[in-house]
Parts: sequence; C-alpha cells; structure tokens
Amino acid sequence: MRYLPKSPEERRQMLAEIGCNAVEQLFAGIPSEVRLGRGLKLEPGQSEPEIIRCFEQWAAENARGFTSFLGAGAYDHFQPVIVDALVSRSEFSTAYTPYQPEISQGTLQAIFEYQTLICQLTGMDVANASLYDGSTALPEAVMMTLRASRRRRVLVGRSVHPEYRQVLSTYLQHQDLKIEEIPFAESGELDRAALPDRLGTDVAAVVVQSPNFFGTVEDAAWVAAQAQAAGAALIVMIAEPVSLGILRPPAEADIVAGEAQSFGVPLSYGGPYVGFLAAREKYLRNLPGRLVGQTTDVRGERGFCLTLATREQHIRREKATSNICTNQALCALMAAIFLSAYGKQGLRQLALQNLSKAHYAGERFQAAGASLRFRGPYFNELVVGGIGKRQGVAERLLEEKIIGGLDLGRFYPELAGDLLFCFTEKASREAIDKLVGISTK
Amino acid sequence: MADKDIKKVRRHLTQREALIFERSSPGKPPFALPPLDVPPVDPADALGAQRVREQIEGFPEVSEFEVVRHFTRLSTWNYGVDTGAYLLGSCTMKYNPKVNEVVARVDGIGNAHPYQPEMLSQGCLKIHQLLSELLLEIVGLDAITLQPAAGAHGEMTGLLLVRAYQESKGNPRRKVLIPDSAHGTNPASAAIAGYQAQNLASNRQGTVDLEQLDRLMNEEVAALMLTNPNTLGIFENEIVRIAEIVHSRGGLLYMDGANMNALMGISRPGDFGVDVMHLNLHKTFSTPHGGGGPGAGPVAVKKILEPFLPVPVMVENKDGSLAYDFNRPRSIGRVRAFYGNFGMLVRALAYILANGAEGLRLTTEDAVLNSAYIRKKLEGTYELPYSSPTLHECVFSDKKQAQRGVHTGDIAKRLIDYGFHPYTVSFPLVVSGAMMIEPTESESKQELDELVDALQAIAREAEQEPETVLGAPHTTHLGRLDEVQAARHPVLRWKPPTRE
Repeated sequence: MRYLPKSPEERRQMLAEIGCNAVEQLFAGIPSEVRLGRGLKLEPGQSEPEIIRCFEQWAAENARGFTSFLGAGAYDHFQPVIVDALVSRSEFSTAYTPYQPEISQGTLQAIFEYQTLICQLTGMDVANASLYDGSTALPEAVMMTLRASRRRRVLVGRSVHPEYRQVLSTYLQHQDLKIEEIPFAESGELDRAALPDRLGTDVAAVVVQSPNFFGTVEDAAWVAAQAQAAGAALIVMIAEPVSLGILRPPAEADIVAGEAQSFGVPLSYGGPYVGFLAAREKYLRNLPGRLVGQTTDVRGERGFCLTLATREQHIRREKATSNICTNQALCALMAAIFLSAYGKQGLRQLALQNLSKAHYAGERFQAAGASLRFRGPYFNELVVGGIGKRQGVAERLLEEKIIGGLDLGRFYPELAGDLLFCFTEKASREAIDKLVGISTK
Repeated sequence: MADKDIKKVRRHLTQREALIFERSSPGKPPFALPPLDVPPVDPADALGAQRVREQIEGFPEVSEFEVVRHFTRLSTWNYGVDTGAYLLGSCTMKYNPKVNEVVARVDGIGNAHPYQPEMLSQGCLKIHQLLSELLLEIVGLDAITLQPAAGAHGEMTGLLLVRAYQESKGNPRRKVLIPDSAHGTNPASAAIAGYQAQNLASNRQGTVDLEQLDRLMNEEVAALMLTNPNTLGIFENEIVRIAEIVHSRGGLLYMDGANMNALMGISRPGDFGVDVMHLNLHKTFSTPHGGGGPGAGPVAVKKILEPFLPVPVMVENKDGSLAYDFNRPRSIGRVRAFYGNFGMLVRALAYILANGAEGLRLTTEDAVLNSAYIRKKLEGTYELPYSSPTLHECVFSDKKQAQRGVHTGDIAKRLIDYGFHPYTVSFPLVVSGAMMIEPTESESKQELDELVDALQAIAREAEQEPETVLGAPHTTHLGRLDEVQAARHPVLRWKPPTRE
C-alpha cells in the first residue's frame, strides 16, 4: 500500500524487536470470537490516476458549466486564488488544534486575526474561533442566552433560514424549552405587529436573520429595542456576511452569529463551511468552542494561545458551554485570508457589486412584468412572485445551462412558485438578462 | 543544554510577522474585481441611509503580496503532519494524501451548490451513497448518516438517536454511563441529549469494571458510551459480556469510534454488539485536520435505530437514480444544514478507494505495530501504568521523571526541541501525568527510532539536568507561552492603538 512507509524487512525487524513471530500476535488483546475472520468486502486499492478518473466521472454527472442563481445560505462568490494557495500550505492544513502553542503560532495568530475581523464586521466585542456552520451556530447562540437568563422561551423569525430553524429544534428538543415562530410581514421583514404580544418575562432570546432567508434586510435596531425592553437577548443571524461590507452592523444585538462561507470557502455541495459567533463582552465566559487569546512568552514577546478553556468540554465535561471540540479552523483561515485580500475598500466594492447586480435583476424582472414578492430592502437576494409555476421555464433554463431560483414552496407551502434568486458579483448582465427573458416569457 | 543528542532537527531562521492589521495603511490596492457591468446602485437609495455603514472600523488595507507573505510566514511557525511525527493520542495524525485534495476541488464537485437539482447532483449523491456503503462494511452496521460535522457532533447525533429509540419503547431513561477514560466530549454530548452522565470507573487492567457495570446498568440507563479500544489503547476484551449486560437491561451500546484506526479490517463494532457509533473521518480516514477542523463525524447504526436517523436520508428512485428523502416522521430532525461536510466525505472516499480491503488491513496492522514498537522500546524508560496489551496507542506516565520535578508537560515541550509534535499531555484522566502516544501507521521505522532516541535522551536530561527540560522549548519561534496571563486578562482581538 503506497501510503505506508515500511519495507517488509523493516516490519520483520520491528516484530522481532517486540518479540512477536507474526503480526496477528499484536492483536492478541482482541478476543477471537469478535475478529472479522475474513477480508473486508471492498474493491482492490486504486492508483492515483484511477481515483482521479473516478471522481471526474462523478463530477460529470453533476451540474458543470452551468450559471447558477442559487443562494439561500450557500453563496457563489469568486475565491481569490491566494486563498487556496495559502490554505494548501500543509503547515496549516495538516496541523491539528493548537494545543502546543510554541509550534502552532501560525494557526493561533491567524485565528486571532479571524476573531478580530469578525468583531469588526459585526460590531461585537468578542468572537470565537469558529463553529461547524451557520445552522449549528444558531443553537449554540440560543443556548448561551438560556444559560445567561434561565428563561425558557425563544422567539424565532419564520424568515430565519428554514434549515437553521430545523437544526435549532433538533438540538433543543430535550432542553425543556419552547420555541415559537414570529411571522413575516408583506414587506418580507419580521412582522412588527406580532412581536410585542409574544414577548414576555419568560423569553430568553429573539432570533432574526438579516438579510433574512428572503433576502430582506431587517431593522435589527427596532427588534433589539423591543426584545431588550422585555429582558430578552437579541440574536442576529447572518447567512450572507458579504452584506456587512455595506450594511450597518447589528451592533444593538447581544449575539451576532452565522455562516462565513461567503468569505472564500468553496460551495462544495454544502460543506465544509464555517460558523461564526460574536457577542458582547458580558458573554465572554459563556461562549461555546475555542478562543484564542493574546499573551507573552518567557522572553516577553507577544504570542497567542488557546484560552478560557474552563468553559470547554475537556475540562468541564457535562457542564461545558458546548460539546464542540473539532471546529472549522481551516475554513476560518480561508475567511481571514479572503477578508485580508479584499480589505476595507475591497469588501465594500464587493458588497456594492452584489447590491447593484441584484437590484439590476430586480428591475429587469419588474420591467418584464414579474413582481417582487416582498417590498422590503434587499441586498443580493430577492424573491420573484409566482414565476415558478410557469410551465417549462425551469426546463428551458436548464437547456440554456442556467440554474434558476429556489422554489420557496420547499420550505413555505404558501410561497410555492415564488422563486428565491441570488445575484453575486459573478452574475453577468448578459446572464441576468437571459434569466429574466426566459423566466418571464 | 545537551544539544548533542538532537540529531533530527537543526535550528533555522523564521521571519517575524506583525498582525495583518499592523501592516495596514490606507489606500493600498485591494483585491480587484472586474468592472461593474450594470448601473451602480447608491446604497442609501436602495437600502435607506440609516442601514448603510460608513466603513468597517479597523479593517485592514494590505496588498496581495503582503497577504501572501503574511500567511506564508505564519505557516512557518506551525508544525503539521507533513513536517514530522505528530504524536497526539486518539487524534490519529496520519498522512493526508494529496490526491484527496485534488478530487475535492474537481469542477462539478468543489463548486456544486447544495440546492442544485438532484438530477444535476447525481455524482455527489453517488459519492455519498458509495461512502455510506463502504463505511458500513468497515464497521459492520446497517445504516448511516453522513450529516454530523465532527466527532462530538456525531456523539450528540448518536445519543439523540438513542433517546428517540428509548422513547419509542416508552421511557427515554435518564442516564448514560461513561467510563472515566472517555473523551470530555462524551459527557458534554450526553447533556445536549438531555442525559445525565454517570461515571464508570476503570478496573486495574484499564478496562470496564464488569461488576460495577452490572451494578449500575439498570432501567434508568439509556446507553453505555464506550470508546473501544479505549483511550489507553486497550481493547475491551470483555466486550461481548459488556454488550450482553447493557442489552439485557434494555440499554444500547454506543461506541465512540475515535480509535477505529486500531480495528479496520480486523474487528467490526457491529459484530461485537455495538448499536450506534460515530466515526471521525479526519482521524481514521485521513482527511486533513486543518489546524482544528473541519472534520466529519458520520454515525452508523443497527437497523433498530434507522427510522430515527437525521433527515434527509438517501433513497433510490425506481429508475435507479438517487434522491434525498425528507419525509421521515420518526427522524430526530436535522443536525446540520445541507448534507454535512461534503468535501470531507469526498476525501475520505478517495482514501478508502486508494487502500481497498488489503490496504486498510495493512494500515491497521502498521498502526498497531508502530505503537507496540514504541511501547517496547520505552517501557524501561517511562512508567507504563497498565500492562494490558495495547493496540494503536500507548499511555506512559511521568512517574519516574516527576521525582526530579519534571512532568509530562515539560517532557512534551522538550520533545519539540527534538523535532516532534508532542503526544497528548495529561489525558486520559485515569493516568496521573499521562503521556499518550499514537504514532499511526504513517511513521517510518526511521522516524520512530528517532523518536525513541529523543524520549530516551529527554529521560536522561530529566535525571541529569532537569532545568533543560523545565525550560523547554528552547528552539522555537516563541518560548513557553504564559497561559495563565491569557486567561486572567483575556485579549481576544486586536484593537487599534489609542492615540495619546
């Protein structure tokens, strides 16, 4: 086997030194009745060219060469080539959790920078080193507020990503807690009339997403005022953080969490992505997952190490703030490189391009007689009403190698036929015109 | 200091490098996009002026080459598996084949959108399906979910499945039994599933105490959560009896598969009574650890738990094409958006395909051979607290060296000077001063011999010049870090210097 570095002679030598005649003796601790006693039923091992051919064949059965207007929590942004070049450095990719800071300063400093970038973007005081993804960041954020308040009700906007809400329900199903939904209004925003009635002294947190699942930008300041007046925390989820290049951060929130896949992490059919979680200072010791902190070494030089570990599972066991151990460090590194490459001016330009493309598309759709389902402000996603019901449109788009929008009926029966489209910097005017043309014919 | 013994490595220069924010100055050229081909929108018009931000306070402005140099310099302060032996026990730091990285990036896979139509995702679904089948053959179980993103996520998923099953039998039960040698994630995951973790002490052989298990295993216990081989590297030789006790009282046997690298092709959890287990694809199946992630933590189960698996599950249409089934009324629900860490599934599949049955078995044999070799070579030098046979990892203690004031953490730091990534320090908790070494199959005899020499030299230093060990590491970019200061005065982000 080509990944194994020993010659048969070396194996014999080593066995002899251990005092074994045969390799089977090494497994003497495994009772014979539970040994497999046969070979695994797998195909013989394959060479590198065969493996590449295999995956090329599978790739050919997927969409290749299509223009896609899908977003909905997974965004098709251009990845500057330096992102992959740098994360491919195996000192980063083949290291593990930086338990030994003296030989992990690269990872540690990069995560410290990532934590800082997330704080700057979100307007929060502290950020952790990453969570699995946006969907799991939601229950982690909610659990923080439950620990902090001991209240047992959580209000969640129905316009929060449906799969995030499903994950929230799964995580919290045995936590003696009530999750209630807040409807959305005609504008696509949270229904303002519905929130005050539902608030109460037992509500730990209100959760909104902005831009929400429909692409509509929420008024986080208003929701924060309502929630906080009732003693509840506001959690703002962000699935498309490129929006923060132009949108005012939800600084009134108590916790801002979400998905940072947009920052240079490949779509990769849904993962690996990278969940971020940032909060106000008062939540510092309540944060889930790893944290990197600044310190000094014996010579007095600045350095970094994992810190506040007494929150974590390996110390606190069942009383830990989360069970997370392995996180998404390499994806967080991608985000840090991406954000460093774009920087202050570049991220604004990127956000402006997304905004402009989406609004161009919105206008083209309306000019062609289609209507936007929601009237609220939007960033790079929008919902076009009813066009999913038109016969043959999806097929004609696919013939033109275009993947259109997501039919919201999948998650919202009452919105069946309404399509959610995403327009990033990669959407060309020509492609948008073609999409609108075919969709509205 | 006794540098004469340090043969494997030489000192070399590393570059200093400030934080990216400290390299910033206004007006440096950002990453350039193509010119906008649609009319530019005024954000204040489109969004309302109150929703628009002026600028991102403190955000860096650096040129492309500076970004490249910055992160390249940072990388040189790291130690990875590609650098040398990475001995962390139960972390299985094996070689991460480069072809895995290539196939994960193939056009059509690396850029596939999770909501693209199923008929345009058949390749992804086939990858998902084939990996599921191969993993099930390796562990000897009946059904699997690939959705969990890491081992701890898999544990939580597995325990939610246990709970759903027990509820279906009329009583969710209250407790999960967890041996004292278990990973800390086990009790933390039990808490999310609404279970109380009950500690199960090890016996003098380092394995489950059958008498205690017999006493504690009652109708209040939903499952026993076992790592096998355990974190001492010892196979639970009474596993059949353990499974009988648990099953006879209506409990389920959960296996933490972190140490599956000791069993592939030799013994299958499904065949020794395990009902549910997670695998760590980033350990056993070679996906890179990424400086702490991403991983993937598939959960495999017996038939009785299949109805409760997270949605969606894979099904075959009548025409032979594959599809996701979301209509699973008894499912515990979704544990993650989309379909899990798909890119890691691709890499793991490439690894299994490269190995085949022969390769996986030989991998296991070499992993165990390497550990046995180290154990044999060092057992006179370091205290071996348990004499039971071990498989893929072995645990020594610092008992001898502690008499000179040198502890496991110090030996670990000194090992860095000798050119190795240390073992796991002070874990498992059942061994005082634990030194937990997992060499994996990836280390050559030469690398192992150098490791043995290094650990023997350090033991001599501990005897003759303990201060050399206590002050280690001496050769790294930074010296020992003050972790107490970091926790007492947390600084978790950079802030611009305040102007005087």
